[in-house]
Amino acid sequence: MTHAADLPAWAALPTAFFLLLGSGLTLLGAIGLLRFGSFYERVHAPTLGTTWGAGGILIASMICFTVLQSRPALHEILIAAFVIVTTPVSLMLLARAALYRDRTENNGGVPAFEAESEGTDGEASPKSSDQKQTKGQ
Amino acid sequence: MSRLLPYPLLATSLLVMWILLNGLSAGHLVLGAIIGIAASWAMTALEPAKPRLRRWGLIPGLFVTVMADVLRSNIAVASIVLRGRRGQRTSGFVTIPLELRDPTGLAVLACIITSTPGTAWVEYRSGTGVLLLHVLDLADEQEWIDIIKGRYERPLMEIFE
Repeated sequence: MTHAADLPAWAALPTAFFLLLGSGLTLLGAIGLLRFGSFYERVHAPTLGTTWGAGGILIASMICFTVLQSRPALHEILIAAFVIVTTPVSLMLLARAALYRDRTENNGGVPAFEAESEGTDGEASPKSSDQKQTKGQ
Repeated sequence: MSRLLPYPLLATSLLVMWILLNGLSAGHLVLGAIIGIAASWAMTALEPAKPRLRRWGLIPGLFVTVMADVLRSNIAVASIVLRGRRGQRTSGFVTIPLELRDPTGLAVLACIITSTPGTAWVEYRSGTGVLLLHVLDLADEQEWIDIIKGRYERPLMEIFE
């Protein structure tokens, strides 16, 4: 932080802009998490923080340290790549757990489990295999 | 070629990662290449499915489309949060029959849908290929089906299948 004063104005301005953009979006995501009603709506809000929220802060970091060290600091790209790749895993885990709970408790507002559309296992009813055949033709 | 480099994509990404972490110099280029090749040899023991990229040319276009869409939906979701009025919008589930079957393509589609605020990948049935999405601002179901199928699925199918 002591080196922050060495940053020239032309670099400090975009750094500040992207830092504010990123942290602002992350804050909005957190507010959304509080405000939205259901679980499935809440799940949308933190994605603000994992996309342009994180992206803005990383771009600011890239500008700042590239100028300070006078060589490209690009390893932030890796952080962005790993965030993008790992977010769907945790999101799917949470969403499917919530869906499973809502279906077993019959909470409503959730699409029903369509066992017959699974089709491949032995439990499939003859009706569904008929449907599959007509689809295939 | 295929015996020396069984997974060229993996080796290249490891090399790029090494360079990004350590800075570009001749020594790190050699070291990163050795690590990339050694790691892809080790991967042959696991025999993961090899993604085949058929059309490289479509990747930059898809990337730009996705970045623009992510930015647009960031603004849209941020304005929904700021407005804070409930009842003006309806959120809901959309079922989309997907034709894409390639596992890598589906993984990329999951990354795209998840990183677009306002859409969340809830459930995918590999038996029927039906995807269940949750959309925060659901105005028209058919519109979302067209967006996912036309903008993302079609280019992904051309790239991976």
